[in-house]
Amino acid sequence: MKIRIKFRKYGVMKFIGHLDVMRFFQKAIRRSGLDIVYTEGYSPHQVMSFAAPLGLGLTSDGEYMDIELHSSPEPAEALHRLNEQMVEGIEVVDYRMLKQQSHSAMSVVAAADYEISCRYRPASFFEDSAILEHFLNEEHILIEKKTKKSVQMVDIRPMVYSACMEFIEKKPVLRVRLAAGSSRNLKPELLLDALCTYAGCERGAFDYLIHRTELYADISANEEEVRSFVPLSAYETEAEVCAGM
Amino acid sequence: MRKLALSEELLLQVEKPARYIGNEVNSVMKRKEDVAVRFVMCFPDVYEIGMSHLGIQILYDMFNRWDDIWCERVYSPWPDLDAQMRREHIPLFALESQDPVKAFDFLGITLQYEMCYTNVLQILDLSQIALRAKDRTWDDPIVIGGGPCTYNPEPIAEFFDIFYIGEGETVYRELMDVYIRAKEEGVSREEFLFRASHIPGLYVPSLYEASYDEYGRLTAFTPVREDVPKTVARQVVEDLSAACYPKAPVVPFIKATQDRVVLEILRGCIRGCRFCQAGMVYRPLRERNVEVLKKLAVDMLKNTGHEEISLSSLSSSDYRELSELITFLIENIGSTAVNISLPSLRIDTFSLDVMSKIQDVRKSSLTFAPEAGSQRMRNVINKGLTEEMILEGAGQAFEGGWNKVKLYFMLGLPGETTADLLEIAHLSEKVARRYYEIPKENRNGKCQITASSSFFVPKPFTPFQWAPMNTKKEFLDKAKIVNDEMKRQHNRKSLKYNWHEADLSVLEGVLARGDRKVSSVILRAYEKGCMFDSWSDFFDNQKWMSAFEECGLDPAFYANRERDTGELLPWDFIDIGVSKRFLLNEYERAKQADVTRNCRQGCSGCGAARYKSGVCYENQN
Repeated sequence: MKIRIKFRKYGVMKFIGHLDVMRFFQKAIRRSGLDIVYTEGYSPHQVMSFAAPLGLGLTSDGEYMDIELHSSPEPAEALHRLNEQMVEGIEVVDYRMLKQQSHSAMSVVAAADYEISCRYRPASFFEDSAILEHFLNEEHILIEKKTKKSVQMVDIRPMVYSACMEFIEKKPVLRVRLAAGSSRNLKPELLLDALCTYAGCERGAFDYLIHRTELYADISANEEEVRSFVPLSAYETEAEVCAGM
Repeated sequence: MRKLALSEELLLQVEKPARYIGNEVNSVMKRKEDVAVRFVMCFPDVYEIGMSHLGIQILYDMFNRWDDIWCERVYSPWPDLDAQMRREHIPLFALESQDPVKAFDFLGITLQYEMCYTNVLQILDLSQIALRAKDRTWDDPIVIGGGPCTYNPEPIAEFFDIFYIGEGETVYRELMDVYIRAKEEGVSREEFLFRASHIPGLYVPSLYEASYDEYGRLTAFTPVREDVPKTVARQVVEDLSAACYPKAPVVPFIKATQDRVVLEILRGCIRGCRFCQAGMVYRPLRERNVEVLKKLAVDMLKNTGHEEISLSSLSSSDYRELSELITFLIENIGSTAVNISLPSLRIDTFSLDVMSKIQDVRKSSLTFAPEAGSQRMRNVINKGLTEEMILEGAGQAFEGGWNKVKLYFMLGLPGETTADLLEIAHLSEKVARRYYEIPKENRNGKCQITASSSFFVPKPFTPFQWAPMNTKKEFLDKAKIVNDEMKRQHNRKSLKYNWHEADLSVLEGVLARGDRKVSSVILRAYEKGCMFDSWSDFFDNQKWMSAFEECGLDPAFYANRERDTGELLPWDFIDIGVSKRFLLNEYERAKQADVTRNCRQGCSGCGAARYKSGVCYENQN
């Protein structure tokens, strides 16, 4: 049976990279005693896949991984057993069975929400909301994207689904929903580069705190429609809910 | 939530920030208010190397079982962070509490190889602890060293307050109690060190004085006070099965060099190879009870989630219940996708059968360590491996489907001739030839025989402790002789030969048998920027050589000189249990190419029997 697990990553665990988080979970699952399925062959590995890697330095309330088990305890019990094996900075918040004919989180992830705040003095576009407004009114926003081989011009505007400025405890926070996944993917850092260029300021390497809040699957009927999304925890999962929060 | 010692900006700038944040599974958090002694254990190399070390995991577990002690860890900051810490005057900190090392009661440093000595100074320097022990006050932690290099601690004696000679499981509790009492009584640091010097196995360098003759040779080594012991006796665990062992070792987030459960099945070695320090200083061979090991294996895998378990020892084949242990592991653990790895195993029918069960034959290679090419030379070094045994083992392996063999040799062994060197190539050729004797249809393509040679470094407390080491030129000339001969072999296309870096070996030779004077060179080299010397990217021989020159010391005096057997050696004040008489006798036998039987074939009276344990008493109960 396939299981979708949602977890938070916070505190000092932001310094643990994606591959090491995977290794951490592989060992945690072994410690928890969950009856995970292994691949065949001389070097068997656990059937486990993550929805979307989270960059070093970012925190998240909405990370997902799918695993396959031979058998599972009650979701509440499984959640408890997993959390017993976590360290400070990783918490499992949701554990759900996937439907029979389901797709992996990695293949269906289509969007991600982020909360971006300023570590130091707020940048101009945080204080002057008109900048963001104008930015979003642009039809195309071309930026340079460096790959290993070449530098390409990419239009990132279609990958910004929404963006707005909010105040949380009197501090300005930029909330965005960006394309995520294998076909289209926009890293929040790239959006910040574009915004900084647009606002005419420099982006310092550590100016922003980026926090992912949720990952979504796309349930729009077709390309033309206004996009509609559901969180991965509600996509192709069984109705019975066990939320840890 | 714990507050980190380093800022987020800094952590995101350096390579692998996970090295510095602690928080690992099974790491131990206590409240500093609840403990009497704070101990920080250091492996002076990068985190991934240090976290792979079994000794620290054992001591970390032992200390933290005591309610009144909190033991934490620290490793060498990588040069990228090192530079930032110096620039911003950030003090080095322990991983668990993130508190400055300087605030601790003890800084324990494990000394596993000589090339870490400049890293010891880096640790002290970044911790803002005075580099020389004589300059320290009660504001500094007590700096204590342990591990194999303490069998000649003299080159680094000036940097340590105490050395712990022997196995860590024995007298640390006593030291902690003496420390707690000294603190309660408010005595001076000197008084505490004096008291510590009376605990068996503890060596306080400041309480001893060395004098030298006009050539620089040691003439006397004596305590500065009448009431300080003249010799320091190595500490030995008598019952390994009863000794503490971590059931839940710390599991790093990033991949450590040793990313697996390590099960120490035995300690010591019966073989008595004359070049091998470990084979002498860990005597007698003591086995851990097989039932204890089975339980440990299960518990450790469960508590860590590791996917691999490795047996650790100097020679696993000498564990008498190996077959039972391996069968248990295969039947009870192998089924849960756990890899079993068996290093230091003699290649024979049993081990090949086991290996074919637990690994992919086509991918794995077999390793033999003949150490020398000719039988004469193997007799000189007392390596009880014959050509027949190698060819028989290799032949069986080839017929079992293996086609990769690694052969380890040493160059520069005492009494080595050109004929001995040529035999390295010839032996490699014979192994290859054995492979091609198998009919073409039954073999698996070409074979790959890789011969590697390291340069022999004479070590203290071995029969070769008096022997001269080769110079760099001699080493490289020898490597060339072997390499040329390899190219003349019929199956040369199946043979590969590589050899170690010579400069590093020569320096290791100096540090291994150096005296107190050498500490000025180490300090000078560090001041010139030497660090991470065991990493070829960072090793700078030029700096070291100019440090020797500036300190007026000649590396050849330490490395290349044959010592008179009557000369007082810098490490003679340590009593390892194996007598100097035995070592000397072995040195003489080596010159005659006489083989000495191993401990199970019969006792040769080395002296280790006084520990009343292990192989010395195997058949007497």
